[in-house]
Amino acid sequence: MMENPLFWSLAIPLIGSLAIVAVGRNANLRETATLITAVALFLTVAGITPDVFGGARPSLVFGTIFPGLDLFLKVEPLGMLFGLVASGLWIVNSLYSIGYMRGNNERNQTRFYFFFAISLASAIGVAFAGNMLTLFVFYEILTICTYPLVTHSGTEEAVKSGRVYLGILMSTSIGLLLLGIIWTWNAAGTLDFTPGGILKGKVSDGLIGVLLFLYMYGIGKAALMPIHRWLPAAMVAPTPVSALLHAVAVVKAGVFTVLKVIIYIFGIDLVNGTSASLLLAGIAAATLLIASVVAMRKDNLKARLAYSTISQLSYIILGAAIATGASVVGGGMHIVMHAFGKITLFFCAGAIYTAHHLTLVSELNGIGRKMPVTMIAFVVGALSIIGLPPMGGSLSKWHLMLGAAEGEQFIFIAVWMLSSILSVAYLMPIVVRAFFRPLPAPQSVGAAAAGGAGGGGIEEAPLFCLIAIVISAAGTFALFFAAGDIGQLLAPLAKP
Amino acid sequence: MIAEHFPVLVVILPLVAAPLCVILRHGGRAWLLATVITWVSFILAIALLRQVMDTGTISYLLGDWAAPWGIEYRIDQLSAFIILIVTGIGSVMMIFAPKSVAVEIPGDRVYLFYTMYLLTFAGLLGMAATGDAFNLFVFLEISSLSTYVLISLGKERRALTAAYRYLVLGTIGATFYIIGVGMMYQMTGTLNMADLAERLPAVAETKTILVAVGFLTVGIGLKMGLFPLHLWLPNAYTYAPSVVTAFLAATATKVAVYVLLRIYYTFFGAGIFEGLPVSNLLLVLGIIAALSMSAVAIFQDNAKRLLAYSSVAQLGYIVIGISLVTATGAMASILHLFNHALIKGSLFLVLACVFYRIGSTKVDDMAGIGKSMPFTMAAFVLAGFSLIGIPLTTGFVSKWFLINAALEKGWWMVAVVIVASSLLAVIYFWKVIEAAYFRPRPDGAAVVTEVPAAMLVPLWVLVAANIYFGTNTELSVGTARRAAEILMGNGG
Repeated sequence: MMENPLFWSLAIPLIGSLAIVAVGRNANLRETATLITAVALFLTVAGITPDVFGGARPSLVFGTIFPGLDLFLKVEPLGMLFGLVASGLWIVNSLYSIGYMRGNNERNQTRFYFFFAISLASAIGVAFAGNMLTLFVFYEILTICTYPLVTHSGTEEAVKSGRVYLGILMSTSIGLLLLGIIWTWNAAGTLDFTPGGILKGKVSDGLIGVLLFLYMYGIGKAALMPIHRWLPAAMVAPTPVSALLHAVAVVKAGVFTVLKVIIYIFGIDLVNGTSASLLLAGIAAATLLIASVVAMRKDNLKARLAYSTISQLSYIILGAAIATGASVVGGGMHIVMHAFGKITLFFCAGAIYTAHHLTLVSELNGIGRKMPVTMIAFVVGALSIIGLPPMGGSLSKWHLMLGAAEGEQFIFIAVWMLSSILSVAYLMPIVVRAFFRPLPAPQSVGAAAAGGAGGGGIEEAPLFCLIAIVISAAGTFALFFAAGDIGQLLAPLAKP
Repeated sequence: MIAEHFPVLVVILPLVAAPLCVILRHGGRAWLLATVITWVSFILAIALLRQVMDTGTISYLLGDWAAPWGIEYRIDQLSAFIILIVTGIGSVMMIFAPKSVAVEIPGDRVYLFYTMYLLTFAGLLGMAATGDAFNLFVFLEISSLSTYVLISLGKERRALTAAYRYLVLGTIGATFYIIGVGMMYQMTGTLNMADLAERLPAVAETKTILVAVGFLTVGIGLKMGLFPLHLWLPNAYTYAPSVVTAFLAATATKVAVYVLLRIYYTFFGAGIFEGLPVSNLLLVLGIIAALSMSAVAIFQDNAKRLLAYSSVAQLGYIVIGISLVTATGAMASILHLFNHALIKGSLFLVLACVFYRIGSTKVDDMAGIGKSMPFTMAAFVLAGFSLIGIPLTTGFVSKWFLINAALEKGWWMVAVVIVASSLLAVIYFWKVIEAAYFRPRPDGAAVVTEVPAAMLVPLWVLVAANIYFGTNTELSVGTARRAAEILMGNGG
């Protein structure tokens, strides 16, 4: 077990979390421990990549929970990709956390880094899970260990949001997902992720529909409406949490599970074209559009980004529901693209808060002149979310639309185009304000007092934040050129 | 060979030790004796389970009088499993007890506590070990009477009324049981369980037996707190000394369920469910219990009472499993007996720790203790996860098999009920969590510190068992499965 890199991909963040607690009194040591852990994890995960690229499916069995049902890891392309994204962005996010948490003098930072490391271990567990039970185990752990992060501030508002967060994620996973899993086990006699699915010929068409909805609404982390409320609620957390967990690890664990279930439990052939999948696609399309409209109306920057995330997650669910080769590949690709774009945007939002204590879009007039680097990165992230070249987001969207054409469901191409226009409408006004509106007069007290924003000079966020922002923005740009490789990695998903 | 006598030794030892405690008349020495005895019983129980696993059912004739004239002790997989639960929990509780007892029971009565504890312990073990329906009644009364005393030792005066109420209802239960046994004796002329099993089918259709089944079900239902016969339970659990609550919640109701399983499957055989509407009745009661009692638990402001209602709800799960009348259903029920003992044992021990420090188990009084009692409350969180059924805990394993059993029968509505009830558990459990971790200590409240290691260690042993048996189910699932197979096999 010790020589298996998969073992270390879980062990490293766990050991790291203990190290963080052990040296918790010394802030510098603690943050060094976080960074070392993140880098070590990424290198371990990256070390597996060439094998998986080459067609190998490394695995690791932990033990047997029930007779005939193992707890085990098995890496396939989609999980590989998710693992790479989560562990890679953790490094960037850790840099950012250092700047942010110090800049805002947050309390209980040791607890923060501790649960962060455990969350990452669970996210890797979700990514590499070999069967649905293993995935569920890590999925639940992820919910529980992000709760202390969401309620980090301990204020009444945080506790209330924590209730919504836990309430929705727990009740969907225990109430629907677990039921779906046990039902699947009962019908198919296995829960292993198998190319082509395990349900074919095992259950009636009606039950397929029921199971599909148990899964899709059971996976609360995918934030399909109307179970999306936990995501805006989670924005009460410190921004690094919103950035890595609620733009990358947690929400992506949700849509990742959606794709896994469609591809390896149902099998895309079984889902494609059924009336249940059409209904699901309709709901995903509605979520996608409604969330965009809601995003336009949110003045709080993080809330706007949260609704944007809900909308973008439904891109992937829609891709899964269309269930053609290109659409699931596009969905997988979009996990990566959106992760980079959205984490950049959250980084920017946190940087603005750290430097100037501004949270509302309407307060951002002229901020581009004070924080040019941040706001240029914001433009990069926004373009990727909108889906314009030369940013990564444009290519995943292209694949998704291709998938819709392949499935001859042209209406969804229109949905995606409309959504692009809507995302222009909720993201671009921020850019326009930042660069083309004048700075508020110095006597606008709140901002001036808090951030000392009266003068004309450049006042960026702490250096660590800035480094993280630049890296993630550069990544968003670079992904445009890496999309081909990603597509190749994901190609096995299309042909069972 | 001494090993031959294990089936009776496990009962006799605590039974004999109990009066010795009175003679010792000293709290500390009585504790030492009780601890040694419970641990020896635990070791015997492990030996018994191994023996049964190897060689099958053990029959032990008391005084070498052949059954059915003499009394037979009969240990099969199920009884051995129950004995293991009772002795395991009972012995861990003894390690925990002295500190907690010291603050809750006046010094001059402490030796009485250990006396009664041993008597209850012996009674419960006797019920599990015996193969004789009347002997079972004797042990039922031994355990019940001593339980009443244990409850009345509680600190508040209301413990007396709680004990009295339980005394009245418990006596009715025991009386109903003996009436039922009397009717069976009238029809078959035997009290030996194995004999009963042979002779009952011939007379199963008679009115007398029908009525007997009714008396037996209600009688044992009272003892196990089967909804709606649970009325004694919340007060008894709330006002009894903390250790007593933990011990009773983990073992007493479990043994009563065991008796019910014996009556249905061994006395009558699974065929009983074809002729009588018992299973439907149990199903309905189980569902109502699982939902309504979980809902009631949400509104309790005393954590002990909250968990008491939760126990009634969890018993609903067990009854649902029985009512499915399948091997998987029976197995899920037996498994949950074991798992729930671990869950509730740990949770009530946490409350004993809390009471030890703050002198109350009211949810409001627990505000802010998450910081000052980190290890105690962390145990509460983990055991609570097990109660809800988060993966890698025992509660999850139980739920998995129970839902599986329901789906196997095609009763998906029952699966939905189980799931819904565990969601309610999230709510009442989180109520305590939020109080402990997010509310500040009230102004002027005494400074609280962590409890001594002598309490933490046994508590964490139980919590660790929750995780261990949630990830390694070989022992629990394996034994429960074989026990269920034996039960169902008797139905022929």
